[in-house]
Amino acid sequence: MTGGMGLLTVFVLAVFVGFEVVSKVSTTLHTPLMSGANAIHGVILVGAILVTGEANGAAQTTLGLVAVVLATVNMVGGFVVTDRMLEMFKGKKR
Amino acid sequence: MSKQTWVDLAYLVAAICFILALKGLSSPKSARNGNLIGAAGAAIAVVTVLVSADLRHLPLILAAIAVGSAAAVPTSRRVPMTAMPQLVALFNGVGGGAAAIVAFLELKSAGGGFPLVASLFTVMVGSVSFSGSVVTFAKLQELMTTRPVVLPGHPILFAGAGGGAVALAAVAFAKGGASSSATWCAVGVAVLSLALGVLFVLPVGGADVPIVISLLNAFTGLAVAASGYVLGNVLLLIAGTLVGASGTILTRLMATAMGRPITSTLFGALRGGSTAGATTAGSDRPVRSATPDDVAILLAYATKVIVVPGYGLAVAQAQHTVRELADLLAARDVEVLYGIHPVAGRMPGHMNVLLAEANVPYEQLKEMDEVNPQFATTDVVLVIGANDVVNPAARQPGTPISGMPILDVDQAQNVIFLKRSMRPGFAGIDNELLYQTNTTLLFGDAKDSLTKVVSALKNL
Repeated sequence: MTGGMGLLTVFVLAVFVGFEVVSKVSTTLHTPLMSGANAIHGVILVGAILVTGEANGAAQTTLGLVAVVLATVNMVGGFVVTDRMLEMFKGKKR
Repeated sequence: MSKQTWVDLAYLVAAICFILALKGLSSPKSARNGNLIGAAGAAIAVVTVLVSADLRHLPLILAAIAVGSAAAVPTSRRVPMTAMPQLVALFNGVGGGAAAIVAFLELKSAGGGFPLVASLFTVMVGSVSFSGSVVTFAKLQELMTTRPVVLPGHPILFAGAGGGAVALAAVAFAKGGASSSATWCAVGVAVLSLALGVLFVLPVGGADVPIVISLLNAFTGLAVAASGYVLGNVLLLIAGTLVGASGTILTRLMATAMGRPITSTLFGALRGGSTAGATTAGSDRPVRSATPDDVAILLAYATKVIVVPGYGLAVAQAQHTVRELADLLAARDVEVLYGIHPVAGRMPGHMNVLLAEANVPYEQLKEMDEVNPQFATTDVVLVIGANDVVNPAARQPGTPISGMPILDVDQAQNVIFLKRSMRPGFAGIDNELLYQTNTTLLFGDAKDSLTKVVSALKNL
């Protein structure tokens, strides 16, 4: 399933799932949505780790490591911030 | 099962976690658990890649992850809720930057064809997202002017950077990803795209910044999805696409909320005219100002009060004081509602988050369409640090906010503005509402003013 066609299929299905899921998000939660989605694209960390693991020479390795640091900030920071926001919404419904 | 199957399975689980994380946001009750599931998915994905792939420089990679976490966790824990928009913008930017670097390093293995197109696309979009987000951060953090900035020859510079980046990408494509000239072209693409990102965000001002954050979020999502395609990694592809979809939907929703096409939001200032006559200086026209005691009396003897919060509420951290005031009024049988404009604050839903922090019940938060018909029967509207979203200038043509639906605050019996100064709002235009005869101004920091009103109310 890693062939071009397979990936295209996954992409198209993911577009539909994304629109379907996100259109149900309540207006109240738009800020956490943005921040949560933000955290999710931090998964680029996986890509950063993979390319750094294959890097040759100091320049490539350094660049790769920069990507790892940036992606980690994105992912970890994103989830922590979203959690902090959502904490305030918990159990307020009366 | 082979090792690869296990790896693919783990990625699939992570992808499901991400979908569940977004699905959890459909209700405030399930949202927090959803986010934790998402974080678990991310952890699964990272552990999987660390144990399964044959990685060089593993100690360095682990150290880099440690450095990133050490930088991110304390910042995200400590930053006040009011500074969230810029933090989200910054996190979005670094993600875009990471995607651009990943794609750049993958150029050689991409070789040619679609994977090479996808890597060049990611270098470009990731760089735009990075520099654009940094400028957005600088604007929100007030490290630079928050007003639209238009450089001399801006449209030409913009077209030049964009066209140049695409042209260099085309050259790199023609040379093939493995060649060293392609690497240098890609460096050029990255540099021009960074410039493009800056030029893209500089002219955006006014209440339009939330739209840009959301759009850049979608950009980063697309960049991550494209890099997933390059790496043949299904998880990156799915995660990036989900984010792209959510960013697109949010951007569209907000553009609709502002009543104009997204292109006019982004490029309005470039066409000129729209910022002409805008001023940052306060006007010296007469206004009516009052003391906290006057305001307290006005509020105490009202039957219906609508609070309209804006960015000033966030800056002053006044959400808890507002809640206290609302409770006191409720004890006097005054009906208190909150009118939330879709783009109040600097992020969609910004006010909802702040008021939730202060335990304001959801039922009192009314969206624009719901609250607008109610202003005519309202005794007092308390505008706290909002400006552009209640500015009647939006109803006339020729202003930066023309056509934006606003809260019809001017229809209420009395309007009380809590303002720090006579300076105009983010859009930089004067607000006619301030000079209306039924408008009263209470100058000062929103929190200080509210605290005084609260104590005055207690003494009544």
